[in-house]
Amino acid sequence: MIELRDGIFELYRKAATSLPPDVEKALRHAHEAEEDGSNAKTALSAILENIRVARETERPICQDTGVPVFFVKAPNGLSQPELKDTIIEATKFATEEVPLRPNAVDIISDKNSGDNTGVGFPIIYFEESPDSALSIKLMLKGSGCENVSQLYKLPFEELKAERDLDGVRRCGLDAVHKAQSRACPPYIIGIGIGASRDQVTRLSKEQLLRRLEDTNNIEVLSELEKRLLNEINRLGIGPLGLGGKTTAIGVKIGVNHRHPASYFVDVSICCWANRRASLIW
Amino acid sequence: MVEKKSKVKSQKSKVEKTKTIKPPLTKEEVLSLNVGDRVLINGQIVTGRDKIHKFLFNERPKIEDIPFNLKGAVLYHCGPIVRKTEEGFKLIAGGPTTSIRVEMYEHRIIPQYGIKAIMGKGGMGRKTLNALKENGCVYLHTISGAAVYLADRVKRVVDVWRLEDFGMAEAMWIFDVEEFPAIVTMDAYGRSLHEEIEKISYGELKRLIGFP
Repeated sequence: MIELRDGIFELYRKAATSLPPDVEKALRHAHEAEEDGSNAKTALSAILENIRVARETERPICQDTGVPVFFVKAPNGLSQPELKDTIIEATKFATEEVPLRPNAVDIISDKNSGDNTGVGFPIIYFEESPDSALSIKLMLKGSGCENVSQLYKLPFEELKAERDLDGVRRCGLDAVHKAQSRACPPYIIGIGIGASRDQVTRLSKEQLLRRLEDTNNIEVLSELEKRLLNEINRLGIGPLGLGGKTTAIGVKIGVNHRHPASYFVDVSICCWANRRASLIW
Repeated sequence: MVEKKSKVKSQKSKVEKTKTIKPPLTKEEVLSLNVGDRVLINGQIVTGRDKIHKFLFNERPKIEDIPFNLKGAVLYHCGPIVRKTEEGFKLIAGGPTTSIRVEMYEHRIIPQYGIKAIMGKGGMGRKTLNALKENGCVYLHTISGAAVYLADRVKRVVDVWRLEDFGMAEAMWIFDVEEFPAIVTMDAYGRSLHEEIEKISYGELKRLIGFP
């Protein structure tokens, strides 16, 4: 699988050094909207310059190249252990060549493995697909923003959040308010709703793979995404968190069925550097 | 709504001055800085993040046991990507990391090693704010995520300490910087822009979720 290894290496390089055009476009709009001379506008100018220089010089947009998270849809018959080995090989190669920052730390020895591989690192979600093609999506999830993501169990009295979509809206607002500027705003917010904790945290993260222009095909969720984006931007946290009009540039919501006794809501916060790339093999 | 907006705007209108600072900083220099000031740093800055802070706080190494002089230093919360080349270390990317993670350590590290400026992102809490006031120190917020933009303002990687055991991201690096930009967001007079923004956003949050 040497060729596939090179394909995955390219995926790493693209994700780390070249921000998706939809995210860059949204940041450009945010820059136009902020007031001249404000901290928000000055910060966004530097961020846009950073995106351009990173792409041109093929250097990572952010020094935290994050936790690599793979979402793989493999055709029937393709060996998952072999695919995993190929991803691990590509990860070691990319760490050296892009370069990525070595981020995998052993819990027991507290030593960094030095090549971004280790137990459960990178994260790989496999799914078998009826298609004949192999689809691999890679997200480099910065840990500053992973740290401020929040899991809620509804009802949650503190927010008067009941078991309905208005409760979900309250969780989204609360998570962003709690994050303040710690996770590099303007943010992209992924929300997952469903029956169990492990499921909703994955679902919320998966929402961050959606393009910002992408409209939810469930109308009430599409409305909620728009409303939440608008309301988050009224919080006044702003780019860098020093005040301003743009605190988020996208909200995406995904739902699963829930158990009658449970209503889990996970809010995944992503920094402005929403690094994602995909390949079809 | 209109009122809230004008409050946010007033934060902005206080930003007017850009000052150049050159470490090591004196107490007088620190006292001349106020929340909202923009600064450009020229000279040497020192990095330190989670492991360095835990180490300095718990092991309390003597000043003479640290190869770098931290008196008057700008301590930058940063875990960079550095490449080893034939000409020495080369900085590839080096933006700020989230400062709040070292909140439990910083208040004692500031006086013990004579640090005069902390630089990072996201601001810090009350313990650090009090330590800034008591010891004449400031918190500088640099540009979150702008790792390449900021790395291009580092002229040279001067030296490194604890690279072997702490690793690239967690070692203490010394960078020689030129016109490295930041904004004073917590000053030595007890003012924190982060607290002010949080208060405004909390007011708006309460309104949006219908709390009195």
